[in-house]
Amino acid sequence: MISKPSIGWIGIRRGHRAKLVEWLVERMVFAVSLVAILMVMLIFVFIGREALPVILGQVNSGFAQQPIPVEQMDRMPPKELQKYLELSPKQYAEMDRETLQVLMELKIESAQAVSGNPDAGVNSAGWRNLLGPRQWNGYTKPEYIWQPVSEIPKYNLVPLIIGSLKVTVVALLFAVPLALGAALYVSQLARPRVREVIKPVIELLAGIPSVVLGFFALIVMASALQRVFGYESRLNALVAGMALGISVIPVVFSIAEDAFTSVPRSYVQAALALGASQWKAAWQVVLPGALPGVFAAVALGFGRAIGETMIVLMASGNASIVSPSLLDSTRTITATIAAELGEVVFGSAHYRILFLIGVLLFVVTFLTNLTADLVMHRLKHKMEGKH
Amino acid sequence: MVEIPIPKVTLNSAIAAANAPALPLIEISELSLFYGTTQALKNISLTIGHKVVTAFIGPSGCGKSTLLRCLNRMNDLIDNVRIEGFIKIGSQDINSPDVDVIELRKRVGMVFQKSNPFPKSIYENVAYGLRLQGISRKSELDQIVEESLRQAALWDEVKDRMQSSGLGLSGGQQQRLCIARAIAIKPEIILMDEPASALDPIATSRIEELILELKKDFTIVIVTHNMQQAARISDFTAFYYLGELIEFGATSKIFTNPAKRQTEDYVTGRFG
Repeated sequence: MISKPSIGWIGIRRGHRAKLVEWLVERMVFAVSLVAILMVMLIFVFIGREALPVILGQVNSGFAQQPIPVEQMDRMPPKELQKYLELSPKQYAEMDRETLQVLMELKIESAQAVSGNPDAGVNSAGWRNLLGPRQWNGYTKPEYIWQPVSEIPKYNLVPLIIGSLKVTVVALLFAVPLALGAALYVSQLARPRVREVIKPVIELLAGIPSVVLGFFALIVMASALQRVFGYESRLNALVAGMALGISVIPVVFSIAEDAFTSVPRSYVQAALALGASQWKAAWQVVLPGALPGVFAAVALGFGRAIGETMIVLMASGNASIVSPSLLDSTRTITATIAAELGEVVFGSAHYRILFLIGVLLFVVTFLTNLTADLVMHRLKHKMEGKH
Repeated sequence: MVEIPIPKVTLNSAIAAANAPALPLIEISELSLFYGTTQALKNISLTIGHKVVTAFIGPSGCGKSTLLRCLNRMNDLIDNVRIEGFIKIGSQDINSPDVDVIELRKRVGMVFQKSNPFPKSIYENVAYGLRLQGISRKSELDQIVEESLRQAALWDEVKDRMQSSGLGLSGGQQQRLCIARAIAIKPEIILMDEPASALDPIATSRIEELILELKKDFTIVIVTHNMQQAARISDFTAFYYLGELIEFGATSKIFTNPAKRQTEDYVTGRFG
């Protein structure tokens, strides 16, 4: 008999019998990591499930159906009534006759409110209106509009996407050079005593609750920046972006600092021995040598910036307008979810679209991390001379 | 009894060097170095002539690497280092405040114990020092890079892969790349800190051949743990022990007829 090499459970090659404690710890670690993966998947599935009807184009927010008089209620088949009232079978089953009657009246009322409006039959929750411009009644040209609580709700996502990107870009432009510069300085140039002060202080920034940063941006930064630049709307993408930048700095800083510190000292010594100044060695040898890590730092900073909610909710002005200017108020995806999800009608088109933008956010961060990871590995391989 | 064979060539060149014009290139005079309160070098005086190979030998911790690093002021990077005495290269006191350390390091190149090519292409590794000096014309760079790689006996092995990473080379090739990088900027002096200690015997012998070749153009100071290596390649040998220079002289003399008992014990392997 040829004995096979013993490959332990979850692929640990042991070659000897495990001790009980080791055995237990291995399984616990495995269980914990399994739970983490499961949680991520569950969250995605949950959010995705709520958004699915919109994604599949099954939600119609238009008033296409003729309102049905309340008296006809009893003559309708229950299935049809449930669909007409936009209820789930479970919700329908739980409701008594009186509630249903009220719902029917409300339906008629809201239909009456928009009667005569040519947009009454428009399905705002269809993909064409979610992403494309539309010339709504009373407007002079096609526009992208997010107005989820007007008589005719308008759910165009473009203003939110632009708002999120604008604020994120400002935050990264502000934070990345500062954080990388600080990290390079602290890891390569600063004397030990200076480093021991600067490093913890910058990392302390990460500990400031974002609501406090938002408060600071709202009260102090907004006024100060307005005084300096003299623009019109006090809360705008610039203010929100810079405040967001402050919260991004420690994230980028600590990862980049690690990356710079892990560049072998021997590279720096080689550069110095060739007649480089300390700055040149840091800039020309350490920075390129740490590029994969820097990339990871920026990607993580991006994730933090686009996902941050409280600061933008407080400091961006929350006007969902499409404008290239950084000095206009703006509304981000995260702030929209935070502000609106608490008050939305369960299961309505608006509700589902809020989940849709949640999915969007999830997908964007996921793709960013994935790309960053791929680029990082390629850079690393290229640097190490592997192919 | 000492039985280390001394190659004829080295012996002759040692004699030639010993008879060379008395104008020294490096002059170390009563040099002491302190790390904080510990004294690492004690009152060392030494002169090194032009275009010779000088080996620093001695047991670990004897201060030979520290002394080597004084010559291009790499010790500046360490906090709490204090130096007494002076080192002259040419006619310049290299520790005087008006010396530009960057200029000094262009004159005094260095090759480290562990090969440390930059994570850049082979070409860029060699070109880096030149770019630092502001040379950016492609044709000029190309020419010097090729020249340096040829001189470092690496050209034939890498000429078809100049753009691939320097870290993809073997250990010995990496070390020769580092030598090419050091000689590309045409220093007067090359300091080598145990350049072959991490290499296999074949790669080591290639480095040694290279050093003998480079001697024609450069003054070389090499720290080594390998006694045979010192005997094979150097013209002069300095033996250090516990921060003191015990004996300095022509290699042939140090290895065959040392003046001090300690030197003899060390080179014959009785301690160290």
